[in-house]
Amino acid sequence: MNTLTLAVELAYWQQTTIRAVVGLVAVLLPAGTLVYLFLFKMMSFMQSRLGPMEAGPYGSLQLLAEVGKFLQKEDIVPANADRVVFKAAPFVVLVSTFLLVLVIPGGPDLMFIDVDTGIFLALAVSSISVIGILMAGWASASKYSLLGALRATGQLIAYELPLVLAVMGVVIQAGTLNMQGIVMAQAEGEIFGFGGIGSPFIITQFLGFAIFLIAVQAELTQPPFDMPVAESELVTGYLTEYSGMRFLMFFIGEFATAGIFSALAATLFLGGWYVPGLDPTDNLFNVIGPMVLLGKIILVAFLIFWFRFTYPRFREDQLQTLAWKVLIPLSLVNIVATGVLKVVF
Amino acid sequence: MTDTRQLAYIAAQAADARVNVELETEGMTLNIGPQHPATHGTLRIIVRLDGERVVAAEPVMGYMHRGYEKLAEVRTYPQVTTLVNRIDWLGSFANEVPFILAAERLMEVEAPPRARWIRTALFELSRIANVVLFLGDMGVQLGAVTPVFFAFRDREFVLNQIEAVTGGRFHPNFDRIGGLKDDLPKGWIEETRSVLGRIRTFCDEMEDLVAGNEIFEARTRNIGVIPADVGLAYGLSGANIRASGVDWDLRRDGDMGLAHGELDWKVWTHPDGDSFARYWVRLQEVREACTIVEQCLDGLPSGPVMAKVPRIIKVPAGEAYVETENPLGVMGYYIVSKGDLVPYRVKIRSASFNNVSITPWLLEGVYVPDVISILASLYFILGDIDR
Repeated sequence: MNTLTLAVELAYWQQTTIRAVVGLVAVLLPAGTLVYLFLFKMMSFMQSRLGPMEAGPYGSLQLLAEVGKFLQKEDIVPANADRVVFKAAPFVVLVSTFLLVLVIPGGPDLMFIDVDTGIFLALAVSSISVIGILMAGWASASKYSLLGALRATGQLIAYELPLVLAVMGVVIQAGTLNMQGIVMAQAEGEIFGFGGIGSPFIITQFLGFAIFLIAVQAELTQPPFDMPVAESELVTGYLTEYSGMRFLMFFIGEFATAGIFSALAATLFLGGWYVPGLDPTDNLFNVIGPMVLLGKIILVAFLIFWFRFTYPRFREDQLQTLAWKVLIPLSLVNIVATGVLKVVF
Repeated sequence: MTDTRQLAYIAAQAADARVNVELETEGMTLNIGPQHPATHGTLRIIVRLDGERVVAAEPVMGYMHRGYEKLAEVRTYPQVTTLVNRIDWLGSFANEVPFILAAERLMEVEAPPRARWIRTALFELSRIANVVLFLGDMGVQLGAVTPVFFAFRDREFVLNQIEAVTGGRFHPNFDRIGGLKDDLPKGWIEETRSVLGRIRTFCDEMEDLVAGNEIFEARTRNIGVIPADVGLAYGLSGANIRASGVDWDLRRDGDMGLAHGELDWKVWTHPDGDSFARYWVRLQEVREACTIVEQCLDGLPSGPVMAKVPRIIKVPAGEAYVETENPLGVMGYYIVSKGDLVPYRVKIRSASFNNVSITPWLLEGVYVPDVISILASLYFILGDIDR
């Protein structure tokens, strides 16, 4: 499969530039959409207020105003901080986000890399952000930051496992780790001989989908699992000492990761860029695929943010209990059931 | 025990001790506050942490001390209400009432029935204005951002009603020795009825959204349990002690001089004494306050709102102590008068000061997240601690 099919042959540097720009768009566009749509607007409506209304029509340019505000702010580094680590931490967090986007296909020919271990790679690189968070917490030389970072580490380790195990069911059913292959398996699959809507894995893997979403919520450190940044306890946890641009980078990282994980969930469970009723090998999908994917991202992200704005947060030990005693056994059951049914049918 | 076994025992003990010394990690002292998002004000709590577990906690008060007791000594009696408005700033009117009642007792004046009933209505409205915010704020302390916006939204209607009568949203300064400044404005009673309906809906919402949430229950049930005897020993009052099962409410059991005795209402208690119980009791108390206000509106007597009082108020020499069941708990004023225009000494007993005094006992051994939920459930107002 060609990675980037274009009408004309391009030089290597041209291809690289285009890829870099597309990569940035692929990370920032969903992130911006989610911030405006959910953080600004949905949250406001849920809380019986209007949200931003002044900047642009219906407050749609508020995001740019916020970015401008953060860019103008002073970049403060605490006196006792480990300066190099402190400054590097946001980049480490963003690296994991940008690596994640590599494997997500936007159409039959649209993807950055086409590796056979796609989902495996995604789950592996998603853990890099923990290193960044730990760096931020340790280097800040603040007790709140340190507590937040340690909480984040414990939490992300605990939730990596159900996340991986939830994906296992999909992998068993699709028979491949390749992301494109998983989309194709859903597009060309049948449910008891009925192939009209393909076979989106959310129908067969609803348990996996639920566990995946819960684990993603914990990975993103969003309520009800936001102990690492719990603003009423730890001020903002590992973010406490950050300001200006570096804070913005953490912020972008949070929402971009939310977008990418939604994209992962959409690809794994909702059929990715595919819409039922069309030929999945059609070149049309190279055009509408990304938009379909964005639509599905918004759908999944809606669920994530809905929980975020309504639920109180767990305590650290309750969270670990939920992960080890409920989610992991459930996902193991899901894997066993999927395996058995795969053999039977 | 033979010698060898004894020696082995001693050696094992010594080894254990050595391991303990080696494994012992240094604790961490964390200053929660004075500037911290959870303390809504400037309360500082020094906690000694072992990991995330609190070994010892010590509240440090006084960052917001404004010296009202001393200031009251150079203000005439009518001027003092302006000061005491600012003690518990969420339910200001309730702060004026015990002071005025104490002064009235010294002067041997009694407010006419209509004034007493309107006082009762405003007293309970300020309770609603105060506790409604707690019901939402508890969610925020536990990480749910949405409820507090509902609280602020619906509290606004109550504040509007208070403003319509008194002219002040936050600082009514409306209570006078011998009655009230003014009568109710036209149409106020009907409007208040509809506002009470809104507050009832809000209570149902909170019961659904906050108290009915599994995570909220997991975070508050069996957390911060105060047994009744410990609570009484620390001088807790209000909903905090009623949540421990002590059936004691000055509105019913005390001599407050308001209209509560003539109304039909209920004192709510909860046997558990944990954070959830405190939330639940306050939720019921808001509903009960709605009932009280409604009854006040129904049975409002006619007549004047001001008794015959001299234009220049001189309080005869003597001492009086009046305590009332304020939104945060028992609030009392001890007034010593030497027959002057100004009080000789005013001692203010505010509820939050005592309610917070239990924190060293209560916070020992809990986790950091529970520190916040327990403090939130004790519900103190900084102005009420430091005065």
